[in-house]
Amino acid sequence: MLKLSLPIPLFLIVFLLKQICCNELTFELPDNAKECFHEKLKIGSKYTLEFQVVTGGNYDVDVELKSPSGKILFQVQKKQYDQIERTADEDGVYQFCFSNEFSTYTHKVIYIDWRVDGDPEHEISSANPRVAEGALTMIESKVGNIHRNLESCIDYQTHHRLREATGRARAEDLQERVQIWSIGQFILIIIVAIGTVLLLRSFFTDRRTPSSMTWHR
Amino acid sequence: MYTQFKILLIICFLQLIPVSHTLYFHISETERKCFIEEMPDDTLVIGKYKVELFDEKTNGYLPSTPGIGMHVEVKDPDDKIVLSKLYTNEGRFTFTSHTPGEHVICLYSNSTAWFGGQKLRVHLDIDIGEHAIDYERVGAQEKLTELQLRVRQLLDQVEQITKEQNYQRYREERFRATSESTNSRVLWWSLAQLIVLVIAGFWQMRHLKGFFEAKKLV
Repeated sequence: MLKLSLPIPLFLIVFLLKQICCNELTFELPDNAKECFHEKLKIGSKYTLEFQVVTGGNYDVDVELKSPSGKILFQVQKKQYDQIERTADEDGVYQFCFSNEFSTYTHKVIYIDWRVDGDPEHEISSANPRVAEGALTMIESKVGNIHRNLESCIDYQTHHRLREATGRARAEDLQERVQIWSIGQFILIIIVAIGTVLLLRSFFTDRRTPSSMTWHR
Repeated sequence: MYTQFKILLIICFLQLIPVSHTLYFHISETERKCFIEEMPDDTLVIGKYKVELFDEKTNGYLPSTPGIGMHVEVKDPDDKIVLSKLYTNEGRFTFTSHTPGEHVICLYSNSTAWFGGQKLRVHLDIDIGEHAIDYERVGAQEKLTELQLRVRQLLDQVEQITKEQNYQRYREERFRATSESTNSRVLWWSLAQLIVLVIAGFWQMRHLKGFFEAKKLV
């Protein structure tokens, strides 16, 4: 009995710790460009797509989610942040695309979080993994609770970091622009002052124009 | 009972074989694709990729093509190159961040074409921080029970949260420094421009007065 009970927890560890496959990517989308990502999914698997525009222009992007048969499952124009949770109803390659084709010169930095819950035939619900053994199972369920809470804590932290990155990018951009424009205006004032004087001098120098003649009279 | 044990063990290990559940995208041979990852310092990053070449004959992607290599280049927030290596068509790269901030991971193939080129399909999976830890291996190495392994996972998660909070404090400090610098720049440049305007006005008046007096117009 002891020999048999060893692989069962191993089995569960493998599923409970490896169940969710996730991919967090941040990439830069140039102007007039479209980027697509694909993934092969099995019928019944749950997927979640979360995206946020971090920097660039009006912080908006066009998103499109297509099923393997070409049906458009989700389409939105000029959105900054959204979260899509769906269950796959067909086998095949799902694709989601981000488009910045409406923008002429701003490139955008987009953060995506793509999560897929494993195949349903292999999935074991983590609520009641095995026959109750008293206090041990209660600890396990509490530990599972803590794990889920910590995951949502990390998720909130990520979103906070992204919002802060947006603000910080704006602030650094502003700092640079203030410097450049201030120097430019400073130089412009000096040039205009000297230019005005030179121009006025040129009106009254070495020319026998009627105006200067009349002035003398 | 032994066969049951073996079967269960085989099933366990079959689950460890990575199913092609990875995200993929298409790039051309000469294109360079970069991903930005913002992370605190002392964070482990493991990236796995697989490249497939487009085959016109079958109008699909060949599963494995020797000869195509991918160059992986990782830059830290100060634009210093942390990792720059050439791998084969299927590779795994690892690095640990030493400075907090935005790291840029770039992938491009070692193709010798100048422009255009064939299309490549790249499967990519980047795991950062606690997602990068392989719990099956940790459990097997240290012989932990399921509960101990789960608690270990919780500890790793809490450590990552702490690191991220610390990084947040560092970022807020930088943001505050940037704002204060902008504030002082606006103040000093405005004052400077005001003084320059006044001096320019005075200089103009004096210069022109002297000029007209010399010309005997005034």
